[in-house]
Amino acid sequence: MTDAAHGKTANRAGLRESVRQTSVMAYRVLLRIRRRPEELADVLIQPILFTLMFAYIFGGAISGDPVSYLPLLIPGILVQSVIMGSVSTGAGLRDDMDKGVFDRFRSLPIARAAPLAGASVANIVRYAIVVALTFAMGAVMGLRAEGGLIGILAAGLLVTAVAWCISWIFALIGVMVRSAAGVTGISMIILFPLTFLSNAFVPVDTLPPLLETVATVNPVSYLVTAVRELVNGAAITNDLWLSIAGAAVIVLIFAPLTVRAYMRKA
Amino acid sequence: MTEYAVEIDSLVKMFGDNRAVDGVTLRVPKGSIYGVLGPNGAGKTTTINILATLLKPDGGSAKVFGHDVRKEAHTVRRMIGVTGQYASVDESLSATENLIVFGMLLGLKRKKAAERAAELLEEFGLTDAANRPLSKFSGGMRRRLDIAASLIVVPALMFLDEPTTGLDPRTRAQMWDTIRTLAAKGSTVMLTTQYLDEADNLADRIAVIDRGKVIAEGTPDELKSSVGSSTLILAMESRDQSARAREIASDVLGVTPKITDAGHIVAPIAGAGAVTDLLIRFREAGLGVQTITIKKPTLDEVFMAITGKTSEDAAEGEP
Repeated sequence: MTDAAHGKTANRAGLRESVRQTSVMAYRVLLRIRRRPEELADVLIQPILFTLMFAYIFGGAISGDPVSYLPLLIPGILVQSVIMGSVSTGAGLRDDMDKGVFDRFRSLPIARAAPLAGASVANIVRYAIVVALTFAMGAVMGLRAEGGLIGILAAGLLVTAVAWCISWIFALIGVMVRSAAGVTGISMIILFPLTFLSNAFVPVDTLPPLLETVATVNPVSYLVTAVRELVNGAAITNDLWLSIAGAAVIVLIFAPLTVRAYMRKA
Repeated sequence: MTEYAVEIDSLVKMFGDNRAVDGVTLRVPKGSIYGVLGPNGAGKTTTINILATLLKPDGGSAKVFGHDVRKEAHTVRRMIGVTGQYASVDESLSATENLIVFGMLLGLKRKKAAERAAELLEEFGLTDAANRPLSKFSGGMRRRLDIAASLIVVPALMFLDEPTTGLDPRTRAQMWDTIRTLAAKGSTVMLTTQYLDEADNLADRIAVIDRGKVIAEGTPDELKSSVGSSTLILAMESRDQSARAREIASDVLGVTPKITDAGHIVAPIAGAGAVTDLLIRFREAGLGVQTITIKKPTLDEVFMAITGKTSEDAAEGEP
């Protein structure tokens, strides 16, 4: 009777089934967020708190006054918050794999990678929240985006796409590491230097020579510059293409690695 | 098409140096309730997990309706339902949301999944708790939800790993009813248990497993008759008569009875008829009998007869 109910006898899920199952898994993650809104705390608080703090603490020193600092700061905050938001893909995955419900997923006739893909897709919602909040915060504080709505939308799309690509790094850590706290810990050790040793919050020419070099070659700087050019002038620059290419390389390396490591455990 | 729901041959699973499953061979006929009985650490759960495609075997073969669990795992998953010892539901969702998500994963449309969820919650008496967080659920409610989740599409083969462990007697009886109903509707049920009475009550056939090996297999009656058809328990009027009574019983019954700590004489007998001769000899010897009991053997005694230890002893011997 089960065979007939599923209408299939193939020994694996088809592509259409896999896509459907992935969207159900994403739906599940969103249901969970609705039940536990506190899981959104990081993406809700960080854009608001960091924008306020950085603007009023560093704004005067770097750009003369907080409002003049915003065109430099908002893209930086945006990139940092979105990338940090992408860590939760790994932490959430680890959390799930440790729970009883995961055994049920593994015993269901669904695509093996559906829980992984679902978590990855659902997190796009988190990136969108960060983008919306950061720009809203910027607008409230007096940011005048010269790039207009087009520039803002393009910048939002860019960081969302790049964050999704980067999330595969943390997904891999999530699959490999033993606890969710470990995932967050390891990810933060990578992220703090990576986001701060860049041009996200200060012009690089104010840095000591060694740091200036590091910040210049840091891939995060390319993304920040690309976002700045979009927000402050709707300009498409080489940094944009380099960011997209870099993100694509990350996906091409880390997505297969993650899926392989995941399948071995799933 | 095979006549068996499950065929396991010389199955082996190692955890490091420990042979958790050590050459298990068994057949589960279609449509039956099959009990896998054994103490903690005997290899019951490992065997079920291999059949449910959750673990890969290290040797031997396991087939579900003729499909190899390793090579045709996805096909096997289409035919089975699994409810483990620990609730495999999403703690962060409500009961309804859990059932809807699992239903949609099985290919039901959102609306159909919601209808099926409501039906199952009703059937398992969880309607009132449908939207409560699972953290407020009792162990019994969780187990019921877990089984409901396995029945969204009624599986041809249902694995239940210790379905009543930790449940109160009333919930346990409900669980037995659920299992019988499932089998009555045509599903094959394979369940593990540490409780001998549970296997005796529910199962059509039983495999007794100890230390990764099947040590006995058959219907409950076959297993019982393997230790003698009945057990005689005698309490003499005074304890100092026990030794003399045992000599006489040994002479009459042809087996040497045991004397328990309480001074009771316990012996396997072929039938109640033998007792008449024994009582006559007691009267001739001037021995008085206080109580006399003839019992059909329990699976506890079966376990004792096969392994030389009680099920509790065996359970304590394992981690």
